[in-house]
Amino acid sequence: MVPLSWYLILSAGLFSIGLFGVLARRNAVAILLGVELMLNAVNVNLAAFWRYGDVTQMAGQVFAVIVFAVAAAEVAVGLALVISVYRRRNTVVADEIDMLKW
Amino acid sequence: MTVAQIIFLVVALVTLVSALMVVTTQNLIHAALWLVVTLFAVAILYALLNASFLAVVQVVVYIGAIAILFIFAVMLTRKEMRDQGPQLNASWGLSALLAVLTFGGLFALLQGWDGMSKTVAALPSGFDAMNELGTALTSPNAFVLPFEVASVLLLAALVGAVYLAFNRK
Repeated sequence: MVPLSWYLILSAGLFSIGLFGVLARRNAVAILLGVELMLNAVNVNLAAFWRYGDVTQMAGQVFAVIVFAVAAAEVAVGLALVISVYRRRNTVVADEIDMLKW
Repeated sequence: MTVAQIIFLVVALVTLVSALMVVTTQNLIHAALWLVVTLFAVAILYALLNASFLAVVQVVVYIGAIAILFIFAVMLTRKEMRDQGPQLNASWGLSALLAVLTFGGLFALLQGWDGMSKTVAALPSGFDAMNELGTALTSPNAFVLPFEVASVLLLAALVGAVYLAFNRK
């Protein structure tokens, strides 16, 4: 059988890849792609802990469902912001959106 | 090595390789399509973990809605940032170092934990995970309040997204 550690290491790897995407990408849409990877890594952890712990305690799955809802909300608002910025400033490069940095 | 382990390793490899492609590929449409592959592999992981509801929701919500939304956003904001030019910023080396350090730190943290080699127990007979999840989400003794808060959050995000993306001319 697959030990719990394999799932945890996989999700640590997925989280780190997502972190790299968030920190290194220039395009704001690509940064949001990295955030999605990180949220998925968290969800894999939650599901694995549910399955390897007491399966009658549904907290792990319930929390994963709530993470789904939060991810959907985050993407909707994030992409609306990107499109709004693109309309006004004609750029989606995160470095160039620096009006607050005086 | 058992069949379950081989399946897990193949799925894990697909997940990590496609995730790497998401963060490194030049063409953003391709990045969004690689994200679909990653999300699908994660759905298979949920299925391997007997979390059938999560697997289906992963396909419907993540691939069906979020990934498509990403593809739309890439196409709508594409005009000036074509696929030439660097897609990574100047400090990508530092970012890579930080990501590797995060992975190393998590790995070291997990090494020192004694629950690591825990193996999975068989599901109790007659156990219906989907039924239990539905009860847990709507029972006042369990998680009905977080569930309702999540729905209010979704409504607020919907209104906010429409307001932000609305073209006022």
